[in-house]
Amino acid sequence: MQVYLPIAELSVDAFLLLGLGGVIGFLSGLFGVGGGFLMTPMLIFIGVPPVVAVATQANNVIASSVSGVFAHWRRGNVDFKMGWVLLAGGFAGSTVGVGLFSLLRSLGQIDLVINIFYVVFLGTIGALMMVEGTRAMMRRRRKAAPRKLHQHSWIHGLPLKTRFRKSRLYISALVPLGIGFGVGVLSAIMGVGGGFILVPAMIYLIGMPTAMVIGTSLFQIIFVAANVTFLQAAQNQTVDVVLAMLLLVGSVVGAQIGTRIGSRLQGDWLRLLLGILVVAVCSKLFVDLFTPPEDIYSLGVPL
Amino acid sequence: MMWPDNPKSLRKALFGAATLFLIALLTAVTLYRAFPARAALVADLSDHFIAITTGFSGANVLLFGATEEAGDIVVIVRGPSVPVLMHRKSRVAGIWINTASMTIEDVPGFYAVASSRPLEDVASESIRRRHQMGVEYLPIAPPLTKASANVAEQWKAGLIRNQQRSGLFSRATGRVNFLGQRLFRTRLELPANVPTGTYRVEVFHLRDGRVVGAQTTPLSVSKVGLEAEVFDFAQNRAAWYGLIAILVALVAGWIGHVVFRKG
Repeated sequence: MQVYLPIAELSVDAFLLLGLGGVIGFLSGLFGVGGGFLMTPMLIFIGVPPVVAVATQANNVIASSVSGVFAHWRRGNVDFKMGWVLLAGGFAGSTVGVGLFSLLRSLGQIDLVINIFYVVFLGTIGALMMVEGTRAMMRRRRKAAPRKLHQHSWIHGLPLKTRFRKSRLYISALVPLGIGFGVGVLSAIMGVGGGFILVPAMIYLIGMPTAMVIGTSLFQIIFVAANVTFLQAAQNQTVDVVLAMLLLVGSVVGAQIGTRIGSRLQGDWLRLLLGILVVAVCSKLFVDLFTPPEDIYSLGVPL
Repeated sequence: MMWPDNPKSLRKALFGAATLFLIALLTAVTLYRAFPARAALVADLSDHFIAITTGFSGANVLLFGATEEAGDIVVIVRGPSVPVLMHRKSRVAGIWINTASMTIEDVPGFYAVASSRPLEDVASESIRRRHQMGVEYLPIAPPLTKASANVAEQWKAGLIRNQQRSGLFSRATGRVNFLGQRLFRTRLELPANVPTGTYRVEVFHLRDGRVVGAQTTPLSVSKVGLEAEVFDFAQNRAAWYGLIAILVALVAGWIGHVVFRKG
């Protein structure tokens, strides 16, 4: 069934969009990522103009994240205090990031920067997660001595120590604030919610339990995605509600299923699977950077 | 005004007028017989308005017409012109990046051509160039100050390839079918991603490689109903549109949760 998208200005099969939304929502509920890093390339692939794809997937992320957060909240897996601190950093960071984005766009190299950021960040994070997840599973299988809860480093010497009861952590509030800021900058430049950067950062840098990370990450993504949706709609008129509605029906259902399956899997498995997914996307982008393009001439987006 | 006051002079005046009229009529007929080359051409579209609605997946418009004399028919459909920003990639340290960009003014948003015979057989190159019959004769070029002639050709070819890939420039010449000697018809196909605006449909009648008749018809492509309202709302009440989009997403997420908790 073909449906015409009024802002994207093309017709797309409605069932294709429902299915796409479902898959992305599933991953979102399972891993606590918004799914923007998968959704945006997919939408561009089916012919949606890149500017509309970036803006509209942000709208869709809101729905899948809300759906996922409720499910995690019911299981007591959202650390709201941590979420607010991350969010404060995230808003400041994304404001700076939007400025950087405009600067890079005026230099005409935003596509390249986005691709390289994707490759570098996805590659590093994905590889680390895969290695760590595999190692943790091997360790458990061998029934080795229980590892230390966390290592002490310079991070623990920072001021403003705060207790995050839900995450069973006593660390400096500057750590989540700084991470939120950094992720905010990156997500503004890369046009994604930043979940796939935030989730590993929360696990490895803050040291939160994996179960708590997913719900908390989704909680803060809601606000970041809402901010992006509003700014894109108000400044560029690039949010396509018809496209978003079709996607979010699938996403909302997918997120619920993902959350259910995720709660049955162990944290190590989740990390390993997310690692594989991230590395797969990264490899594709890496190969694309070096593959001769189909046509060296391409049509840009008029500013 | 002075009227003749006796019947004799009235008759004289009437006779003079009638004579003049007859002479004019005879001259017209003689001239028409002497120069019959301007054969009349009549053509029209089955629809002058294409409405883009929710289920829009492209449109077909029938163009039909008649000529007084046999000959060839060439039909050109052209969408509204817009400036287009183009990039060219090249290899830097193994990575393909955009190293040059160019804004090309007045690129038709849509271009298609149909002909009763292959264009090369219908008209000479100069005629095709003059009337832009064929995508290669479109007067699109980057500013000459920024590119030399042969570089400009490459940018133009790149632009045409891109437009053809997205289906907005026709790859092949469509066919105009003749029904007998005088009646002709052709089907104009517009893909689902056509830009909106006023299109120009030109019909040329050619005989022995010369254009002997031409007609231009407008075709309007526009969003209507819900699609138009959503688009207008997004343009004119952008902030409200954004807020509503967020609200819809929030509610949808919550509904999803409620439904699944009970299920």
